[in-house]
Amino acid sequence: MVAGVAKAGRYARMNHIISNGEEGLRPLVREAADVRITNLSRQFSGGPPVLDHLSLTIPAGEFVVLLGRSGSGKSTLLRTLAGLDPVECGEVLRPAAVSVVFQESRLLPWRRVWQNVVLGQKGPAAKQRALSVLAEVGLEHRVEAWPLTLSGGEAQRVALARALVRDPSFLMLDEPFAALDALTRIQMQALVLTLWRKHQCTTLLVTHDVDEALILADRVLVLENGRIKIDLPVPLSRPRRHADPVFEGLRCELLHALGVHDSE
Amino acid sequence: MTARFYLREGRRLLSPVLLVAGWQVASACGLISARILPSPVQLSRTLWGLIKDGSLLTNLLVSLERVSFGFSLALIVGVTLALLSGLSRWGEDIIDAPLQILRTLPALALAPLFILWFGIGEEPKILLVFLGALFPIYLNLHKGIRNIDPKLLEVARTLGLSRAQTIRDVILPGALPDLLLGVRYAFGIAWLMLVVAEQVNAESGIGHMMMDAEDFLRTDIILVGLIVYGLLGLISDRLVRTAERWLLVWQRQGGTRV
Repeated sequence: MVAGVAKAGRYARMNHIISNGEEGLRPLVREAADVRITNLSRQFSGGPPVLDHLSLTIPAGEFVVLLGRSGSGKSTLLRTLAGLDPVECGEVLRPAAVSVVFQESRLLPWRRVWQNVVLGQKGPAAKQRALSVLAEVGLEHRVEAWPLTLSGGEAQRVALARALVRDPSFLMLDEPFAALDALTRIQMQALVLTLWRKHQCTTLLVTHDVDEALILADRVLVLENGRIKIDLPVPLSRPRRHADPVFEGLRCELLHALGVHDSE
Repeated sequence: MTARFYLREGRRLLSPVLLVAGWQVASACGLISARILPSPVQLSRTLWGLIKDGSLLTNLLVSLERVSFGFSLALIVGVTLALLSGLSRWGEDIIDAPLQILRTLPALALAPLFILWFGIGEEPKILLVFLGALFPIYLNLHKGIRNIDPKLLEVARTLGLSRAQTIRDVILPGALPDLLLGVRYAFGIAWLMLVVAEQVNAESGIGHMMMDAEDFLRTDIILVGLIVYGLLGLISDRLVRTAERWLLVWQRQGGTRV
C-alpha cells in the first residue's frame, strides 16, 4: 500500500507542471515507470511542425537512443520531456524524478566540482553524496577542483554525476559526447552503460552518431520531420562489436533511414 | 623564474627613474624654470614640509572622507537598483529607463546646481562623487545580471532550483565579475568628481590645497596635490584588483589547466 502511494507520487502530468507550477503536480496511479508520449505536436510560428503527432512509449529501465539529422525535432522532443519546452498539443507522462545531461557540461564555474554535483541539495550529508557519486564516475581526485580547470571529458563526467546524485528514474542525455574527442567518447560510452546498469534508470540519449546508438541502445529510434521514421530494437548482448554481422546490418539499416547511402 | 621576474620588474622601473633623473639635471642646469616646474628635490622638500605641518594629512583625510561617503552611498544605491531592475520585469520597466536617460547627463555639469541647492558644505561634494560613481556600478551589475548564460539558467530549472537558490547560486556569482569591473570604473570617476568638487568652493581637501597654492603661485604644492591624487587612484585600483583576485579565484585558476 505504502509503496503504491509512493510510486504514484513520482508521476506527474507534464502539461500541469508547466501551466500550474509546482502546485500543479498531479500524481497519477500507474503500475510501471514508463515514459508515455501521446500525439505530441509542436510548431513554431508558421513553420512546418517540429514534432508531428508523435507517440512513443519507453518502458521502465529501457535504454533508448534517438537518432536524427539536425532539425529533425530530436532536441525539441528531449526539451519537452525535460520540462524546458511547453506541451502545447498532446500529452506527456513521465516520472517526476528526471535528470538531464546536455552537450556542454553546463557547470557553474564559480562552484567547486563537488558543489556543482549537489547544487541545490540541502543537508550535511550533501558532500558525502557528492564524493560517492564522483567516485562512481572516476573523479574522486577532482572533488575540490574548479570547473574551468577540467578537461572536456572530466567536465562531462561531473555533469553525469550531477544527474545521478538526484537518483533519477528517467535520465536524458542530449548529445552528451558530441564535443569530446574519439577516445574520450569511447570511455564515456562505457561509463554510461555501467551507470545505467547500476542505477537501472530509463535512459533516453540523443545523438547523430549511428555507431554510438548501436553500442548503447536497447532500441534505436530515427526521427524525421517530427515523426518516428523507424523504431529498431537492437537484439545484441553487450559489449557489442562493430564487426558483428548483425551490428553491420543494423548500421546499414539506420544509415539508410537517415538518408545516407553507401554509394555516396 | 624569480630571478627573471625581478629583472623584468627592474627594467620596467628603468624609464621612470631615468625620466626623474633627467628632470632633476635639467632643473639644476637652469633649463627648466623653477616657477614652471620645480625640481624633484624641491618637490620632496615641499612634500616633507606639508607632511610636517600636518596640512597634507588634514586635507587628505577630508578628501578621503568625501570619497568614502559618496562611494559607499553609490555602491549601496547602485547595487540595490541593479538588483531590482535586473531581477524583475517590473523593476526593469520602472528603474532602468530613467537611469539610462540620467546617465547621458554629464554629472559634472550638475556642480553649479548642487551648489545652489546645497550650498558650499559637504553635501554637494559627496553628492557629486555619489552621482559619478553610481552609474558605472548600476550599469555594469545590471548588464551582468541580464547577460547570465541562459544555458546555466536552464540547468537551474532542470535541477529544480528555487528562484532564491537560482539568484544565490547562479545569477549573483555570475554577475560578480561585472560588478567588480563597475566598481573599478566607479573609483576612477569618483576621484575625478572629487577633484572638481574640491576646486569649486571648497574650504578643505586636496583640491582646495591646490587652489590655494595657485593664488600664491606655488607650483610645487600643486604638483604635490597631483601626485597625491595619482597615488589615491592607484591605491584604489590596486584594492579592487586584490578583491578581484580573491573573489574570482575560480576565474584565475581557470586560466591555467592544473
